[in-house]
Amino acid sequence: MTARVGVVTFPGSLDDRDAARAVRRAGAQAVPLWHGDRGLRGVDAVILPGGFSYGDYLRCGAIARFAPVMADLVPAARAGLPVLGICNGFQILCEAHLLPGALTHNARLRFINREVTVRIERDGTPWTGGYERGQEITVVLKSGQGSYLADAATLTRLEADGQVVARYTGGNPNGSAHDIAGVTNPAGNVVGLMPHPEHAIDPLTGPGSDGLGFFTSVARALVAR
Amino acid sequence: MSAQTTPVPGTVPGADTVAVAGATPERSQPYAELGLTREEYQRIRGLLGRRPTDPELALYSVMWSEHCSYKSSRVYLRQFADKAPPANGEGGGALLAGIGHNAGVVDIGQGYAVTFKIESHNHPSYVEPFQGAATGVGGIVRDILAMGARPVAVMDSLRFGPADAPDTARVLPGVVGGISFYGNCLGLPNIGGELAFDPCYAGNPLVNALCVGVMRHEDLRFAAARGAGNKVILFGARTGPDGIGGASVLASASFGAGAAAKRPSVQVGDPFMEKLLVECCLELGAAGLLAGIQDLGAAGVSCATAELAAGGGSGMSVNLDLVPLRDASLGPAEILMSESQERMMAIVEPRHVERFAAICARWDVPATVIGEVTGTGRLEMTWRGEVVVDIAPETAASQGPVYDRPAVRPASQDALAADGPARLPRPAPGELGGTLLALLRWPDLADKTWVTEQYDRHVLGDTVLAAPENAGVIRVDEQTGLGVALATDGNGRYSRLDPYAGAQLALAEAYRNVAATGARPVAVTNCLNFGSPEDPGVMWQFAEAVRGLADGCAFLGTPVTGGNVSFYNQTGQVPINPTPVVGVLGILPDVRRRLSIRFRRAGARLVLLGRTGEDFGGSAWAWAVHGHLGGSPPAVDLGAERALAAVLASAAQDGLLAAAHDLSDGGLAVALAESCLAGATGVQVSLPGDPFTTLFSESPARVVAEVSPGARAALAALCERHLVPLTDLGTVGGDRLDVAGCFSIALDELAAARAGVLPALFG
Repeated sequence: MTARVGVVTFPGSLDDRDAARAVRRAGAQAVPLWHGDRGLRGVDAVILPGGFSYGDYLRCGAIARFAPVMADLVPAARAGLPVLGICNGFQILCEAHLLPGALTHNARLRFINREVTVRIERDGTPWTGGYERGQEITVVLKSGQGSYLADAATLTRLEADGQVVARYTGGNPNGSAHDIAGVTNPAGNVVGLMPHPEHAIDPLTGPGSDGLGFFTSVARALVAR
Repeated sequence: MSAQTTPVPGTVPGADTVAVAGATPERSQPYAELGLTREEYQRIRGLLGRRPTDPELALYSVMWSEHCSYKSSRVYLRQFADKAPPANGEGGGALLAGIGHNAGVVDIGQGYAVTFKIESHNHPSYVEPFQGAATGVGGIVRDILAMGARPVAVMDSLRFGPADAPDTARVLPGVVGGISFYGNCLGLPNIGGELAFDPCYAGNPLVNALCVGVMRHEDLRFAAARGAGNKVILFGARTGPDGIGGASVLASASFGAGAAAKRPSVQVGDPFMEKLLVECCLELGAAGLLAGIQDLGAAGVSCATAELAAGGGSGMSVNLDLVPLRDASLGPAEILMSESQERMMAIVEPRHVERFAAICARWDVPATVIGEVTGTGRLEMTWRGEVVVDIAPETAASQGPVYDRPAVRPASQDALAADGPARLPRPAPGELGGTLLALLRWPDLADKTWVTEQYDRHVLGDTVLAAPENAGVIRVDEQTGLGVALATDGNGRYSRLDPYAGAQLALAEAYRNVAATGARPVAVTNCLNFGSPEDPGVMWQFAEAVRGLADGCAFLGTPVTGGNVSFYNQTGQVPINPTPVVGVLGILPDVRRRLSIRFRRAGARLVLLGRTGEDFGGSAWAWAVHGHLGGSPPAVDLGAERALAAVLASAAQDGLLAAAHDLSDGGLAVALAESCLAGATGVQVSLPGDPFTTLFSESPARVVAEVSPGARAALAALCERHLVPLTDLGTVGGDRLDVAGCFSIALDELAAARAGVLPALFG
């Protein structure tokens, strides 16, 4: 069987095409999901892509979390559905309280588009199963509000429970606490990532193909299930 | 917002109708405040056979503004069509739509077409840098959208006053921030452009934005209202008081005192609405619901209605009461002049209106039927039940005034030409390394990451090359690898010395940049930035530049498909350096074979293609090191450019080259440094001639290239066939830029020289 991975398009989503392309490159089927529709069309996993949902005019992700599709996604995620939020998708997952913490303005208050190296700190999630813990990969950071923030107790808990999925190495680009580039929920099925793995699936159009592992990981995890 | 409303001077909302105008022929009207001359006003009266109503006066004032009517440039721009080369034939290159449309459209083969255009937003970007630059991006994107294409990338050609001037610290971060804000939120990769500084741009920054879009041939659309009974639909953002008179007030006059008072004339951008508009328009087109479409840019509803009606040769009636307003107090003249952003106008058959509305609703895009196409040949508009506009649309759209303004070569041109760079002291061999480092610290040649890092270059997933490469390259078809390359170039110093040659050098550089990726250059767009056309010296510069560009395009077989003229770039009596910016589009049959500037493989051979002469007039060295501008610009050799491009296209196709970098500002030395740093590898070079000339001369028609393993002989044969000189320079490898007998500089030192320059200036 082929895994079916939903990609949600909100008004202002920009990297939905790229996420769908990455899903296909990983051998899975990309299923478009529309923000205004109820139901998840029976998909096995969901990606919330990057972009500027609703223009990010209020607070990143603050409006998207109220989209009709989220009413079905939130309980499904709590029940174990693999969900990956990339950049704006990460912000939406935080706003929806599926992930702890928040994302705020970069330390220098400017948008940054840069190739960054991150270390995979937690393997074994449906999205990182194909990586080894400690593996360093090069992906693309592009965000204006990518600085991960949480209170001290939350950060301590995230570190203790292994909920930090990826950490910037070779310099903190945006002021994120503990150099955090991505986190997961305690169950490990919901992952938020600030840099974009879907822009690193082909050396022709990105820094390499290191990012493909997120998509092949989920495709394999779903087929094995 | 109402506090910012700028009423059209002298108008009384609600009062002036066609009937009133007919009955009060002697009433005085504020034509001068709207930028019209007495003769132009009289001409409007003559065309109408009465005085215009206030709304009609508003409409003509924006449509006949320099920005919209090209009244001072039109007599020259004809050369682009008159001298246009025949279509460039096989594998694409034929023009599907040329000058006069929203943007030119070029066949690139496999059923695809590309549309691209560059446009200025200079004056708004000085008054309010962030919004001025942001809306510049938004405007050019809608031009591309109006042709039926999906916008796929943007580029920006930016010029500012001295990098360390206090006002540049206000303007540059604002402009870059505005482009970043708008383009990133809209989801278009920014793939390159230019950044240059010169005191002449201190009060007149140049912000030229380019957009490129892709479509299938069958999706091509034109701005024409045809079919009586078809509906006129205004969709997108609501109309507010922003940007009223932008075209006439801002773009068509030069700045003196009181620039701040013009701030309300700058529009405010909403890239989120534009993103929705893009997706909505593409879905409307795919569903076959568009009988005609036009974007609303400068001159807003005036321009869209007049051009659609004139383009279709029909008539149109519009009820201005139906235009959705952000500010209910707007009168008809203000509605007509508003430059509120993110609006489009469509002509739709009545049977399609319901589906049209449904698609707009799905994208949360407001859409309103405001009128219909008629068979009368008139553009009629009503407001509160009264006829306020009744004109022949072509009189506004295409029959504006045309001026053949006096053009006189300034006497100072001779002295400038006589003061050549030969008198400048040249560095001794031992000082050449220091000269290179000085050039790399010069803001024009410094690392531009501070700027380009603020732009998303990855979105859409088809960016193959972006800044700091020779040109941006976008993949069009994922299966076949078909793609396009785009570069913009301009050099105000060269054009100041000789505008004819300067325009050709801009063309040659963009052409060469595209060719250096392995693409075949096929078409041209241009943005002509000049001072006041009322200055005969400026008019001479303009005439010479257009003649040079038209002749150059004819020779190279690359037609001008469209573009933009920006006059009045001057503060007081001092015009900017004439700055024609040229964009060239090329076709890459397979983007996997593109050439990057990055040197790659240790041990690979390094070659110079082309001939080096003594070309230092207007050069980076003369200007950056000596503050000297004089003599003649580099000698143009378009035959050599064409031959070099043919070599590069073949060599890329056959895999003979591993990297290539065009030589321009700063010559071979700067190109070597850039390619070494991009590829993180050094080179060992032995110079063939006089070291200073070989390193820093700016002779055109040259590239430095890394040869693929074992390909030296095949490359030499190819060069011989095309009569392109090939010179061995040395080998790739190590971690130093090593020039035998001159200098050896560690890559780290090169990087350090370039890296900190812009951050130190702009934070």
